[in-house]
Parts: sequence; C-alpha cells; structure tokens
Amino acid sequence: MATSENPAISTVSAEESSGDSYAIETFNLTRRFGEMTAVDHANLRISHGAIFGLLGPNGAGKSTTIKMLTTLLPPTSGTANVAGYDVVKSSTQVRRRIGYVPQILSADGSLTGYENLKLSAQLYGIARAVRKQLIEEALRFMGLQDSARKLVKFYSGGMIRRLEVAQAMLHRPSVLVLDEPTVGLDPIARQTVWERLLELRQDFQMTVLLTTHAMEEADTLCGTLAIMHLGKVAAVGKPQELKDSVGDGATLNDVFSYYSGGQLQEQGDYRDVRQIRRTAKRLG
Amino acid sequence: MTSVKSGAQPNVLAEPPVLWSFFQQTAAIAEVELKKIFRDPTEVLARAVQPVLWLVVFGVVFSRVQGIPTGNVSYLAFMAPGILAQSVLFAAIFYGIAIVWERDLGIVHKLLVSPAHRASFVFGKAISAGFRGATQAVVIYLAVLALGVQVHWAPLSLLGVLFGVMLGSAIFATFSLIIACLVKSRERFMGIGQLMTMPMFFASNAIYPLEIMPRWLQILATVNPLTYLVDALRGLMIVQAETLHSPLVNFTILGVVFLGLSWIAAALYPSLVH
Repeated sequence: MATSENPAISTVSAEESSGDSYAIETFNLTRRFGEMTAVDHANLRISHGAIFGLLGPNGAGKSTTIKMLTTLLPPTSGTANVAGYDVVKSSTQVRRRIGYVPQILSADGSLTGYENLKLSAQLYGIARAVRKQLIEEALRFMGLQDSARKLVKFYSGGMIRRLEVAQAMLHRPSVLVLDEPTVGLDPIARQTVWERLLELRQDFQMTVLLTTHAMEEADTLCGTLAIMHLGKVAAVGKPQELKDSVGDGATLNDVFSYYSGGQLQEQGDYRDVRQIRRTAKRLG
Repeated sequence: MTSVKSGAQPNVLAEPPVLWSFFQQTAAIAEVELKKIFRDPTEVLARAVQPVLWLVVFGVVFSRVQGIPTGNVSYLAFMAPGILAQSVLFAAIFYGIAIVWERDLGIVHKLLVSPAHRASFVFGKAISAGFRGATQAVVIYLAVLALGVQVHWAPLSLLGVLFGVMLGSAIFATFSLIIACLVKSRERFMGIGQLMTMPMFFASNAIYPLEIMPRWLQILATVNPLTYLVDALRGLMIVQAETLHSPLVNFTILGVVFLGLSWIAAALYPSLVH
C-alpha cells in the first residue's frame, strides 16, 4: 500500500481493518476545473466495514471527491481504488460494487417505489429469478412494503430517502456512498436512516462513506471522520481523537472551525441553495 | 426491525454477455419511459393538435393555390407526409429537456453510477421517443382519411411508415440529447430548441419540393435529415407520389445518421454530471 504524504492521515487505518487492503484508498486524488482546484492531492484510506464521514464547508471538495470515487468524474491527476478496483481503469468493475445515494432526493417521482427498484435491479443485471424477492426484501427492510405501489411523488422526504437506500443496496454493494443522506429530513426519519445504515454494515460488512454537515450525524454515526478544506484533507481521525487534538472539552463544531478556518457556513453557494429549494418544493 | 439477510443473492458480479445485457438495459430504460407516457398522455395528445391544424387549415387553403408543382398528387397529399415528419421533429426535438430535468434531480447521476452501458441510456430514450412519434402517425392517418387523401393501406407500407416515424423520432430525440448535454440548462435549451425547429422544417421538402428552392436552400435541404424522412414517408404513404430516393436508400441514410448521433450522445452523456 502506498503511504500517505499527509501526516494527519496516520490515524486512519486503525478501525476494523480486515487484512491489509482498504475498501477505499485514494492516491493524490486531484481535480481541477479550469483555474480552480476543487480537490487537491487528497489521500484517504477507508477500512472495510467502516462508516466514514467526510466533513467540510461548502466548496471544500466533498462532492467532487464523491463524484470521482463513484466514477462520475475522472480525476485530473492521481487515482483511487474503490472496492479493490481503480476508478479510472476499471470503472465498470467499481460500479458493480458500489451503491450510491445522491445528495438531492432523486428517486423518479413518476414511477412507483417498486418500479424504481425494478429499474435499478435491471440496470445492475440482477437475474429475473431473484429480482422480485430481493426487491421485496429491500422494501420490507426499509419499511416501505405498504407504499410500494404508490407513485414516489406522493412519498414523504424520509420515504424517498429510504427508497433510495433500498435502491443502492439492492445489488449488495461492498461500498455504499451517500452524499448528505439526511439533509432536510425530520429527526425521526434521520434516525431511521442511521439505523438502517448501521444494520447494513452489520449484515453485509458494507463500508459506508457519507458526506455531512450535521455534527450530530458525524459524531454518533461515523467511526472515522475526515475534514476537508479548500480541496485538501485537513484532518482525519475518530471523532474523539479529533476533539482531543483541538483541546480539552472541544466539540466537533470546534474541530470543524479549527480545521476549516471558520464557522459552519449557513448560506452555501447559489447552486446548493437552488437544489435545496427544489428538494424542499418536491417535498411540499 | 427486520434484517435483510436471506438466501437470495443478486450475483451481479457474474458478467453476462455484453449484447444481451445491453439489450436488457435498453429495454428497461424504454419501459420506464413508456410507463410515464401512458400515465400522463397529456403532452403526447396535445402535440397532435398542431399537425392537424397544419393539414386542415394550411393544407386545405394552399391546395387552392396551383403554383406549387407536386407531380401526380394533390398539394394536400404532397404535404401530408411532410406534416407527419414535422410533427415527429417537433415532438422529439424537445426531448432533451427531460434529460436536463433528470440531471437536476440527480436521476442521471444514479443511472451513471450503475454498471449499465452508457449507450443503453441513449437507445432506451430513442426507442421511447419512437413510440411517442408513432402516436403522431395515428393522428395524421386519421386526418388524411377525413380529408380524402389517397394513401397506401398495404401492411408493408404501413409498417414502413411506422418504422420511418420511429427512426425519425429516434434521430431527433438523440440530436436533442446531444444539445442537452452541451447546454445543460433548461432556459438555454428552450432557446436553442425554438431556434432550430422552424429552420429545419423550412429547409426541407416537407411543404414544397426541392426543385423550386433557391440553390443555397437546396444545399441545406440535402444535408437535412428531415428531407430524407419526408421523402421516405412520402413514397411509402401516398399513392403515386414521386420521390427523390427509394425507401431503402432513405432508411440507410437515416440509419447511419442515427448511429452517428447515438455514438456522440453516448460519449457526451457522462459529461452531464461533471
């Protein structure tokens, strides 16, 4: 395994490592958009079975990192291994092994819950013989069996998110990637999503990578956190380790401010705001 | 709560034959699109109004003008396939807007993270555009029947028209997809879509023959796929119509155009989410 150039990362690999390789490992992962460097030589290692949280202010490079790890965006330089395969050279192999829940509520509103799942099953090449059973299991697991025949546009935000997790786990990925999975959800819906993620990790040894702005989510759900700032990985560690590194009695908010050089940003950029509004509108 | 552990295994890591999985994925995308049309046919039905107006108002009035050479057939018979091709163009050219919408909703992201072939997204959409186009053909046939235009009713002719309409829809929908991938915003897309439809319609043999066009317009019409669609439909649909090429030549040209556009669209599709 290549060693990281960033000394802050030395604490990562401790958690639940099975064997000598990682579920996700990035090597100087970099992405530029014209003059702007969105992700700058990021080195991350995420152990098998970990729940790993990526934190950082808007524009820190979290979403760009997620896009590269899910093969949606090719890196400008550097690369990453996800689920044992290189995201650039073996993107199809990576795609077979990951599940993805995008930031915006993206299940197709003009289809039913069942039809959304069926489409996923077909695109992932799940054999017809087991398709129905897997879909019904996923619906039951996410508590959606009674709404399976309803159009998704009549679902609540929490139900859509649960459906999306069901879609993402249908093919039993070894890595599950979620971009701000609980943004805009009420506390109960958020709790449900957390519980399901923990169970998926338990039942299938899935590795979970998520981005979040919610400090509570980072603190209670994630075993390891990385804080990104200006495209760089500013710090990595367990929540408690990060708090200790900042000072006695520090909260995760303090850690966040310390490493990203400011307060939690409230406003976000125009695009974020537009997306959040649209999501809010869809949810009524 | 329940645990999801069970005997069923998805086994997606086994690699199925490429062509078979490509076919299945294309069918899955097309099926979803067709479901949406059946659930809300408002748009498809509304699109049928305009071609009927063209035939019943424009066509009937211009039939009284004797200045346009249309060979052995009446002006109404000459323009009917042109209006069918036009309605195919108009129905398909705004198809890309749905892609921009799906991109903003994150649906495109989710499709692209799946291991499905990129081209299956393009082909699936093209097939569903083909079925939407087919509804236009039904409306046009009803209109020409009411207007007393002599059309071929032989099954092979009808099948040929259906094939042409679906291929034409697929071409313009894929073209629309390419524009969507390039502009990535609904506002710009609407502007460009509006900008293209009328010039493509007028720079074709839809409502007047090539021979009365000025030279520069003839050249434009010759590189316009709509011309070949109109020509194919005219030959297959109208009794005693004169055409530029045989249906086979027209369909070959259109087929090549479709494959070329699909190739470009499949290459551009991933850039939607960059």
